[in-house]
Amino acid sequence: MFRGLIIATALVAGLSSVAAVAQNNVIAERQQLMKGLGQAGRAPAAMLKGEQAFDLAAVQTTLKTFADSAKKAPTLFPAGTETGNETAALPKVWSDKADFEAKWAKFAADAEAAQGAIKDEASFKATFPNVVRACGGCHEGYRAKKN
Amino acid sequence: MKRLATLCLVLAVAGLSVFVWITRPQGLDAAQAAGLESGGDAARGEIVFHAGGCASCHVKPGETDRKKLGGGLALKTEFGTFIAPNISSHKSDGIGAWSVADLANAMQRGVSPKGEHYYPAFPYTTYAHARIEDIRDLMAYLRTLPAVEGKAPAHDLPFPFSIRRFVGVWKVLFLDTQPIVADASRTEAWNRGRYLADALGHCAECHSPRNILGGIISAQRYAGGPDPEGRGWVPNITAKGLGSWSKADVSELLATGFTPDFDSVGSSMADVVKNMAALSKADRDAMADYLKSLPAVDGPAKPPKK
Repeated sequence: MFRGLIIATALVAGLSSVAAVAQNNVIAERQQLMKGLGQAGRAPAAMLKGEQAFDLAAVQTTLKTFADSAKKAPTLFPAGTETGNETAALPKVWSDKADFEAKWAKFAADAEAAQGAIKDEASFKATFPNVVRACGGCHEGYRAKKN
Repeated sequence: MKRLATLCLVLAVAGLSVFVWITRPQGLDAAQAAGLESGGDAARGEIVFHAGGCASCHVKPGETDRKKLGGGLALKTEFGTFIAPNISSHKSDGIGAWSVADLANAMQRGVSPKGEHYYPAFPYTTYAHARIEDIRDLMAYLRTLPAVEGKAPAHDLPFPFSIRRFVGVWKVLFLDTQPIVADASRTEAWNRGRYLADALGHCAECHSPRNILGGIISAQRYAGGPDPEGRGWVPNITAKGLGSWSKADVSELLATGFTPDFDSVGSSMADVVKNMAALSKADRDAMADYLKSLPAVDGPAKPPKK
């Protein structure tokens, strides 16, 4: 009886630590995805500021990363990952899930539309800033301040 | 024995009188407030409005028109929940009936037209350093904005923070009403940037740690700390935190919200960027000039990783 209890406790503890690891992995995965978005945006941002020569192929690669990541992102905020692993996601991600997911969908759609719309430097300068406006638009409600 | 009781009573009354005297809401001198009513310039006032970040708290949550200042935003703090009031030009629900002197008393001394203390969630600690002409111009601009109906709900504060009189004690400790004096050894841009950041923009109100009474720890001004609104950590924006940033990087963040790594700022800073984006590039550059001059200061230690 007593041994059974110990085994059961150990099993539960083991299972919940497996679950905790899985949750931490999801949090790490979405943090990686966000970092990837930032990295992808750096070259076009430098082009906008005139610090780097315009490169259509590089811009298109970035937009593809944006669209692909934006489609994947909503799956990386499952219930149970509200806290831990230094997540900066605010509770509103879960309490206002419909809006959160709609914002990702709009970002994906905007990035895809921009792939068609951007053909040269002029169309890049006209379109790209509108695509990345999504970043601040979403961070305002869904991400905590961080150093 | 009876004499002792009398003495105690006299001392208590004297103590209470001193308390009442010290904590009384003090407005501007009549001389300072005189002659303010006319001469405001709405165009200049609009710059003060954006630099001061009025819209960030006073636009109703969910409202997309940043000129509709109906109030209602809840600021949750460890002292309770503060609700930003309606400051639209509505005569009874907003501040449409206020004089310029009323606005100056509110913004620079934290005193309402009825002679009550405002809580320092309203950053009059910063606006106190502004030039009174800027308050006059701001009022001229506010009067051009639409009237929004409906009063915002009252603050939700537990005892003892619900006693406004205690704000008088807080003011004695933490309210400095000295105007900013230009530093002749610095450039005009730096002085402009300092004025924008320290008299209007109130950057330090969030980017500084506070003591248990809610006063800014002046030795760690601008060194960041726990987010007063709850979850998160406000970055250190002295040279300790921004050391690797150029002035252009700081100016760019104020304009677009993007860091040099193309990360994008979150939470209420995203809204601050909307205000800063409405300023001229020269003004953003000036703020960058000032902020980049802040010497490196260590902020409070971050809690260990969880």
